[in-house]
Amino acid sequence: MNYATRLIHSGKDRDPYTGASSIPIYQASTFHQADPEHLGHYDYARSGNPTREALEQAIASLEGGARGLAFASGMAATSSVLMLFSPGDHLVVGQDIYGGTYRALTTLFRQWKLEVTFVDSTDPASVRKAIIPATRALFVESPANPLLSITDLRAMVAIAREFKLLAITDNTFMTPYYQRPIELDFDIVVHSATKFLGGHSDLIAGLAVTRDAELGHRLKVIQNTFGAILGPQDSWLVMRGIKTLGVRMEAQQRTAGILANWLLTRPEVKRVYYPGLAQHPGHDVHKAQASGAGAVLSFELHEMAMALKLLKHVKLPLMAVSLGGVESILSYPATMSHAAMPKAERLARGISDSLVRLSPGLEAPEDLIADMERALGSGQ
Amino acid sequence: MTQAIATILAQAGNRYDTNTGAISVPIYQTASFGHPALGQSTGFDYSRSSNPTRLVLEETLARVEGGHKGFAFASGMAAIDVVLHLFKQGDRIVVTEDLYGGTFRLFEKVFRPLGIEAIYVDTSDFVAVRKALKLEGVKAVFVESPTNPLLKIADIRAIAKAARESDVLTIVDNTFLTPVFQRPLEQGANIVVYSATKYLAGHNDVVAGIVVTDKPELSERIGFYQNAIGGVLGPQDSWLTLRGLKTLPLRLRQQQKNAVVIADWLAIHPRVRRVYYPGLPNHPGREILDREHSGYGGMISFEVSDPARIPQLLAGVKVFTFAESLGGVESLITYPAVQTHADIDAESRERLGINSRLLRLSVGIEDMGELIDDLKGVL
Repeated sequence: MNYATRLIHSGKDRDPYTGASSIPIYQASTFHQADPEHLGHYDYARSGNPTREALEQAIASLEGGARGLAFASGMAATSSVLMLFSPGDHLVVGQDIYGGTYRALTTLFRQWKLEVTFVDSTDPASVRKAIIPATRALFVESPANPLLSITDLRAMVAIAREFKLLAITDNTFMTPYYQRPIELDFDIVVHSATKFLGGHSDLIAGLAVTRDAELGHRLKVIQNTFGAILGPQDSWLVMRGIKTLGVRMEAQQRTAGILANWLLTRPEVKRVYYPGLAQHPGHDVHKAQASGAGAVLSFELHEMAMALKLLKHVKLPLMAVSLGGVESILSYPATMSHAAMPKAERLARGISDSLVRLSPGLEAPEDLIADMERALGSGQ
Repeated sequence: MTQAIATILAQAGNRYDTNTGAISVPIYQTASFGHPALGQSTGFDYSRSSNPTRLVLEETLARVEGGHKGFAFASGMAAIDVVLHLFKQGDRIVVTEDLYGGTFRLFEKVFRPLGIEAIYVDTSDFVAVRKALKLEGVKAVFVESPTNPLLKIADIRAIAKAARESDVLTIVDNTFLTPVFQRPLEQGANIVVYSATKYLAGHNDVVAGIVVTDKPELSERIGFYQNAIGGVLGPQDSWLTLRGLKTLPLRLRQQQKNAVVIADWLAIHPRVRRVYYPGLPNHPGREILDREHSGYGGMISFEVSDPARIPQLLAGVKVFTFAESLGGVESLITYPAVQTHADIDAESRERLGINSRLLRLSVGIEDMGELIDDLKGVL
């Protein structure tokens, strides 16, 4: 089935009982049992809710996995996945991993003796070098935030298989519409569904998909025990968002490409980071593992003052954290996503004070260009 | 099985979803329903015609009113609009004279130009109603009781009996007392209408309207207009209304408890000229409510001695919120002459008693002492 069709019809595409074209929002905490000795499929909504289950089936199908699970946030999904490990276990993690994941690993999970080595995952050799006997998993993100650095997912899987490690990736930036890591043999995919999957900046949600059913069962036990589930209203909204994922991604990617090329022509701009540009360092690797460049780009201006001027004077994009919504969002990693990182460390990673990240929405690209042109030129 | 209203409401919808056993009825946020096969239907085709979530709300209201069928609309006005579609050019309707401003506007600005004439009478005066029912062309009597904002009480049983004798339909707007305190169909009325935005939903978070009919013939006609006009209530709001209904008896009881104390306190306050509350011993409608109904509700109106102080008073309240609407868990204060009844001309307003000294309270479920302290502070 064409992927556009799968977006509309994956999982349950209609209510089996009434034929409703949208799965009902089961705003219920508990379920009446017909038989006290044999409980039905649903008993308590933390364990299972029909609306959430429909979303879970949809994302499992869209990622090509055995089981999908929906959580209250992307971090709840990632934290629940990290609960699969035991004290003393060691993980090799991409150094450009999302800041929230970095924080969870270095504070919460470190205190539970989960050991982590951060490496530059764009270089498979350094990943391999970091593996020790206690290593249980690789956790990478591609493209990574905010420099859109590309990790070779096939190379990661090869290393994982060789050392019998779980391969975990955060697929938030690409979504299964452009990149399906489980089809490349990854074991677990996590998402912040708040971003492109939900797509309207109106909910917080996380998803995890496992390649095989056994791992899915283990994660399901954690979901039920830990309880950071997604509520029915938000589950329904994510499903609603997924229906337009394809058209949104296509439109936002197109705008991202136009903006990336326009930024290259601007004298104020020093460098543009976008996997769709031929000169992007990971361009070829990305092209081999994903069917699109996505809709997030970052760019560095010549001076911090220019970055601040742009951020202060744009009118169309929101200046905010988050990304992937129908409205354009401009972020300033230095004070937003990477504020917690020591400055020297941040600068060493190329996240300078002049770096700006843009998540183009569904506005007309010429309006976004005119707005940024005006903001960059203002006061001159 | 005859059940108490509290039981029906607390359990509304909890056994509807036999497929999963969900205790709370699902929110069917859907426009359309797939058909099992050509010529077959699951019972649902298109949500304007029927939606499972809305249906549970409609059935619940029909049950607590002791009616034949319930219908849920996008607002109280949408509900009344559909009821008025039952009439045709040349028909006349006897209407409570001091009724809700929105209903008055609907009669005057929408239905009068279509040839349906409202004859306004004081429906707390049964003799006047009986006389009006005999007028040429009268097809219905539309009663609001208690009225808004002067809380006049109509003898619904007597009016419905006289109406039946004249072959006239009785329609009652039961927004203020709800089926918890007043069940007009059991007293002989044919149609009950609600702004469910008020007490039924009860949290000032939904705009909704309800119609309940007493017999199949009326149900069929109202159902036809509901589907044909299409001012239906959406599934999310249907669900919220249903959720609100579960605590209706509790809320209303507490609101009434607070209202009784506040009305007594206002009645002896030196800066208050007059208090309208049906629970006060000297209220002219109290005898009817005691005989026919089980409560007085949570609405109070009162006249202050000095209208010049009203702007200050409205700006100074801290627990009461200065806002339109009523029936929510939070207390509201309204200035009818400029808010709810602005569509009635000044002369009629003054004649009806809706003057510039009049304020209306919708008493909520806050602490009674704090409500009184708030009023004490501004009076």
